[in-house]
Amino acid sequence: MTRISITVDGVRYDDDVQPRTLLVHHLRERLGKVGTVVGCDTSNCGSCTVLMGGESVKSCTVLAVQADGLEITTVEGLAGSDGELHPVQQAFHDRHALQCGFCTPGMIMSAVDLLAENPDPTDAEIREGLEGNLCRCTGYQNIVRAVRDAAATMRAGASEPAPAAPEEAPAPAPAPVEVGS
Amino acid sequence: MTVVDERPAAEVGAPRKRKEDARLITGRTMWTDNLTLPGMLHLAILRSPMAHARITRIDTAPALAAPGVVAAFSGRDVAETQGSLPCAWVVTDDMVHPDHPPLAVDEVRHVGEPVAVVVARDAASAVDALGAIDVEYEPLPVVLEMDEALGEGAALVHSDKGTNKSYTWIYDSAEAGHGQAYDAATAEAEVVLRKRYVQQRLIPAFMEPRSVVVDPTADQVTIWSSTQIPHVLRVLIALVTGLPEHKIRVIAPDVGGGFGGKLQMTAEELITMMAARRVGKPAKYTETRSESLLAAHHGRDMYQDVELAARRDGTLLGLRVRLTANMGAYLALLTPSVPLLGRYMYNGIYKLPAYRFECTGVFTNTTPTDAYRGAGRPEATYAIERAMDDLAAELGMDPIELRRRNWIGHGEFPFHTVAGLTYDSGDYEAATDKAMSLFGYDELRREQAARRESRDPVQLGIGVSTYTEMCGLAPSRWLGSLGYAAGGWESASVRMLPTGKVEVLTGTSPHGQGHETAWSQIAADQLGVAFEDVEVLHGDTRTAHKGLDTYGSRSLAVGGFALVNACQKVVDKAKPIAAHLLECDVADVEFSAGRFRVRGAPADAEGKTMADCALAVFAAHDMPGGAEPTLDAEAVYDPTDFSFPHGTHLCATEVDTETGRVTVRSYVAVDDVGKVVNPLIVEGQVHGGVAQGIAQALFEEAVYDADGNLLTGTFVDYTPPSSADLPDIVSDRTETPAPDHPLGIKGVGEAGTIASTPAVVNAIVDALRPYGVDDIRMPCTPERVWRAVQGGDRS
Repeated sequence: MTRISITVDGVRYDDDVQPRTLLVHHLRERLGKVGTVVGCDTSNCGSCTVLMGGESVKSCTVLAVQADGLEITTVEGLAGSDGELHPVQQAFHDRHALQCGFCTPGMIMSAVDLLAENPDPTDAEIREGLEGNLCRCTGYQNIVRAVRDAAATMRAGASEPAPAAPEEAPAPAPAPVEVGS
Repeated sequence: MTVVDERPAAEVGAPRKRKEDARLITGRTMWTDNLTLPGMLHLAILRSPMAHARITRIDTAPALAAPGVVAAFSGRDVAETQGSLPCAWVVTDDMVHPDHPPLAVDEVRHVGEPVAVVVARDAASAVDALGAIDVEYEPLPVVLEMDEALGEGAALVHSDKGTNKSYTWIYDSAEAGHGQAYDAATAEAEVVLRKRYVQQRLIPAFMEPRSVVVDPTADQVTIWSSTQIPHVLRVLIALVTGLPEHKIRVIAPDVGGGFGGKLQMTAEELITMMAARRVGKPAKYTETRSESLLAAHHGRDMYQDVELAARRDGTLLGLRVRLTANMGAYLALLTPSVPLLGRYMYNGIYKLPAYRFECTGVFTNTTPTDAYRGAGRPEATYAIERAMDDLAAELGMDPIELRRRNWIGHGEFPFHTVAGLTYDSGDYEAATDKAMSLFGYDELRREQAARRESRDPVQLGIGVSTYTEMCGLAPSRWLGSLGYAAGGWESASVRMLPTGKVEVLTGTSPHGQGHETAWSQIAADQLGVAFEDVEVLHGDTRTAHKGLDTYGSRSLAVGGFALVNACQKVVDKAKPIAAHLLECDVADVEFSAGRFRVRGAPADAEGKTMADCALAVFAAHDMPGGAEPTLDAEAVYDPTDFSFPHGTHLCATEVDTETGRVTVRSYVAVDDVGKVVNPLIVEGQVHGGVAQGIAQALFEEAVYDADGNLLTGTFVDYTPPSSADLPDIVSDRTETPAPDHPLGIKGVGEAGTIASTPAVVNAIVDALRPYGVDDIRMPCTPERVWRAVQGGDRS
């Protein structure tokens, strides 16, 4: 067993894990983060995609021990604390970019990463950028539309004048809650 | 003033964003594999590595010594009690129907067949212990190819049956009284096209692997399964296991589509039940993707020998189809019937004087086939639409012109077809004209001519597909006449809650289709309540207790009809309550725009709402004489006939004759699915359907090696298309309401898949006809296209 400490969706977890345990199994079976799903066993489908240290990874292809000390964001941690959807989530809803929704967590996380790298992608760049994520329901057309829409929303948000500086320094983000297990 | 008695249609027809999405985009979905019960154990299944072998020795005892293992057993341990997986469709009296044990006992007949199971405290321990099970196999001869399987002296999949033929089923339009005899009608044919088209084997490849959890400790044994058919499954479990039906509860929680691949009673469901009941604790089995591709049922896999006879002017005289259909090693739930559903569709949208259809089902040492999106109808449509393009080429006629000369005119409906169905309505002219206009058909034909003239290495091809399909499975009387064990009705219930909110229970079982949204739209209109005030409950035999589930583009066509009827019963029950509240005679009450008003009252009169009536029956203090204090209602609808959506799909491909690469340059889909409840959902269904049809044309095939090992056992090898592989399509509609449906709807789930495969292959062949190419086997990979170009006659 190896001791690891990872922060998932803002909550810190310290656990002993088998060295062979995959990150996705650790997330699902130990931490109860079942929003991230397993669609294959060969790293092809991308359903298990999460952000690790800010970059998208297929969590079935990462050992839990490799995530030690890192921040993980899953689809469950994407919306704001007030429940406000991330622009990519909102666009998936608005554009009917999901049907059964099994690929959706991974697809959304890959799209988030894609837009972080390329805030203004062409349709072809979106299609290339998401080719590691398989969807069987939608034919991808509405997914491409959704990512395009989300990109526009996020660019508009980024170019808005910064809100007036608060008079006092903002409160620091709450410290991660430690959960033993 | 005139009182309009029409209910408002504010919701039906609106592109409502889906209610389902909220949980799906935030990771709050309840997939079966997400479920954890106290004390739950985990299964791993040992599968046969041999396509055909006798099990000479099997010992599970060593697995028991492995860490965390609670139980292990093989087929031999449960041989007397495990029962046989059912086939619910006996297509002929003499159909060969072998036993199909969930766990193989003495013989394995395809790679991936379960032979033993380990139950352990966690999934990893269960998988680890599989290696300790000791099995010895004595190899037996393997037969994989259908013509070989039917030949003299072929190795037998089931040696005790003495044949690899399961059945031969014949339809003849003259014998059935729906047309002439083929030979007589075609005696004076001036051209006869004879072709073998091949439907390669496909894998449904739903994204959510199958998963099942069984809790044997509950008063009702509870089975959660990622299934399309919770209600059918409950009946089947009772029949197969002997467990009393009222002691069984089946739940299909959130289920990932599906596409027919989860229209099944699986070995894994029964094995998990056996395991859970043996150890007396909840147990879960979730398959890996590799297991799923190997062992979940496959689809298609048919040879289609087609003979199409015509006059030189293009007039069709007759069609003969000899179909050879691969059953795989066993008959699964609907295996033998899938090719037979095609019988009704080989004639397509055309007026044919004569039609003969012969189908032979064949056993091979492969995974059983069964329903995959369209189930028999895509295959049939592929054959007739490929044949129409080939015939047009033979006649030197534009393929659309050939179709125009033979299709059913829009003034000829209802039309009794040579296959014995009555098409309810349609307008093939309008759909085709619209598609041609959106596509720029004439302009593309000119470009094609120019490229041919200049011997451009990248040739342009145009593919046509004018399809229809039968939706709304199915009239129970029809199913019974064909040997299916169950009916085709569907149920809906409406519960009016005291505060005016509504619960709708449906017997359909959605897995991505958006029933919660669409059913809410229908109920909102029918009851005059807000869309947000409707909750749609499904997929649990305890709540939505009655139903026949979701497949065959039936849910809205049949289940939607039941819902409208249930809502109307609620309105009828509410009328006397409203009359009582309004202190008028019930005959004077009218229901409009969600309000009950006294006849002749001004349109803005307050009247009484459904919520007023719901509260009144809840209190029940002052019911009108003898009225039962409830507004709840249930309706079961058995369709009187099928509905027949149709459409025209046009595909332009660029084919690189030097590399064999095919690029879909443009794709136009004009579908007529009748009236539409939610255009957003309909468009999504078309997109996804077209994508799966393109996948068959260009990418996907389940391939076995000579020993019967599946070579396409991962997504790398099976190659379902990614976003980078598929084009944007143009999707539009024409609208011919279904005359016999209260909402005028027809069904859309399978249309795209049915239409698109022939459109794409026709386009590729059209590009290469100057190279002497008249067919390419699917999937049309660069290698196959390049070989066709090399091997064809260039003259």
